[in-house]
Amino acid sequence: MAIFKAGMRLRSAVCSSELMLILAPGHDVTLTCGGAPVIELAEDPPAGVSIDSEQQQGTFMGKRYTNEAGDLEVLCTKPGEGGLAVDGAKLAVKGAKPLPSSD
Amino acid sequence: MNLMMLLEMAAGAYGDRVAFQNGEDTLSYQQLFDAAGVLAKSLDDDRTEHLAMLDETSLALPIAVFAASWAGIPFAPLNYRLTDPELDSLIAQLQPGRLLTDPARAARLGKKITSADGDHFVSVDSLPPLLSALREENASQRDPTWSMEPEEIAILLFTSGTTGTPKAAVLRQKHLVSYVLGTVEFMSAAEEDASLNCVPPYHIAGVAAIASAVYSGRRVIQMPNFSADSWLETARKQRVTHAFVVPTMLARIIEALDGKAGADLPSLRALSYGGGKMPRAVVERAMQLFPDCDFTNAYGLTETSSTISLLGPQDHRDAMASEDEVIRRRIVSVGQPLPTIEISIRDMDDGRELPAGEAGLIFVRGEQVSGEYRGQGSHLDEDGWFNTRDGGSLDEAGYLYLEGRMDDVIVRGGENMSPGEVEDVLLTHEAVSDVAVVGVPDEQWGEGVAAVVVLAPETTISAGELQQWVKDRLRSSRTPERIDFWDELPYNETGKLLRRKVREAIRESG
Repeated sequence: MAIFKAGMRLRSAVCSSELMLILAPGHDVTLTCGGAPVIELAEDPPAGVSIDSEQQQGTFMGKRYTNEAGDLEVLCTKPGEGGLAVDGAKLAVKGAKPLPSSD
Repeated sequence: MNLMMLLEMAAGAYGDRVAFQNGEDTLSYQQLFDAAGVLAKSLDDDRTEHLAMLDETSLALPIAVFAASWAGIPFAPLNYRLTDPELDSLIAQLQPGRLLTDPARAARLGKKITSADGDHFVSVDSLPPLLSALREENASQRDPTWSMEPEEIAILLFTSGTTGTPKAAVLRQKHLVSYVLGTVEFMSAAEEDASLNCVPPYHIAGVAAIASAVYSGRRVIQMPNFSADSWLETARKQRVTHAFVVPTMLARIIEALDGKAGADLPSLRALSYGGGKMPRAVVERAMQLFPDCDFTNAYGLTETSSTISLLGPQDHRDAMASEDEVIRRRIVSVGQPLPTIEISIRDMDDGRELPAGEAGLIFVRGEQVSGEYRGQGSHLDEDGWFNTRDGGSLDEAGYLYLEGRMDDVIVRGGENMSPGEVEDVLLTHEAVSDVAVVGVPDEQWGEGVAAVVVLAPETTISAGELQQWVKDRLRSSRTPERIDFWDELPYNETGKLLRRKVREAIRESG
């Protein structure tokens, strides 16, 4: 699956990570978690895939991840062992300036 | 995107934490999730297209907010202070729908409200019994899936109507989810954190607070009816750490602490305020009474999914401590825009962007900005900017100062003036305790300036003396041609001055 749409729920094919797409690029990309392409939440993972030992930096609940171009952003809605990458480039945690509570 | 996604994360990560508390009754995050699932199933079974609530804040409120998102229909909290005819016109816009309300109103409205053609209807549920039913163990729940379509409507909020007929602002899932993700860190609240919520459910701050609290994992203590004494008592008893108040509430809390050196609320760490103009004296006094508390001023609109700019705790302290008038004055600003928000000040007449220091219309852009009304479509321009119709200016450092609603601007002989400018001058006179300045039709100037003054206790002053007071300090074109004396000014329940009512009363009295 290469065409993404904002709001879409995704899961890792090789670990327990679940994601929500916040920002989708306007072109085809390959988003991977633990080295394997992510799948839609309702899909079953393909047989015979396993986590890439080089791609195990983990996903953390509530963290947002973005690519260098800034045109793709995902929210981790369930943590897992796999690390996220787009077309082979690792995603970075989006730093958020803590804001005072206003409501 | 869907608000339910946020609740699912909360229930998964800290399901046993108390989410909402009303009196002694509580709902944990898991219980909130389960009850929302029961109501969502029932909404689905009914094929209803709207969920409305007409009641004070209760545990049913967060359940209804999330159930509607789960079922994929808009939730519309209604103002229970409106009259029956006013409510009828709102309910007519929410058909077919379900209306959750108090037993007395449910009995009065009957089980169903059917329109004349019989096609559309609203079914009416009485709330405490429905709430018990939703919380029954083993009650059947909707499938744990919901639409993730960002364009679905989450909330319909009828705007407060200070300027005319209420219209429904449309907040889509993408607006509210963006607001929460952009302003709240997941699970950032400590287990013992508790926030006291006394904003009515039909106010954007009330709705936004529910979504923010769920994502931060904070316990929300609901206070359906505000009084300063019960606010102080609840804050003490529940060891409240965070609270949001509108300016009139803070003024009353300060009055209730009259003569005391401090508020004696050691657990209270953060007090935020917004929803109307905060008098400088009130916030300065509050900072003395709550010396260890972080103060935050939030500015936002219904159409922007709540807060778009903040004056934070350090800004408050710096302003209070500074000798520099530029920094001192920031205490009356609404701070700087959120990192996810852009603000631009535009000329009222030709729309060009104005430099720092010049006042114009406040335009705002960002993911959380809806700017849409039902039946009218989007009011965003082609580049995504929303005209708030609030007047304001930015200073050199990017602090935003509000100048009042542009709908309230008085155009006298082609010259624009903000009522706030004249009001601020009148308020500096010791005989004036409250004032409203409005435009009134004038044959010569198009509009003339009229002021309604509430005198301080045991003072008297003539209109002529007050006119001279303004004339000595502002241009003569800004001097009110007419000054009336009233016992009090009309405010709505969140402390917004109802200028429309002032204008109408002046016009009627001729």
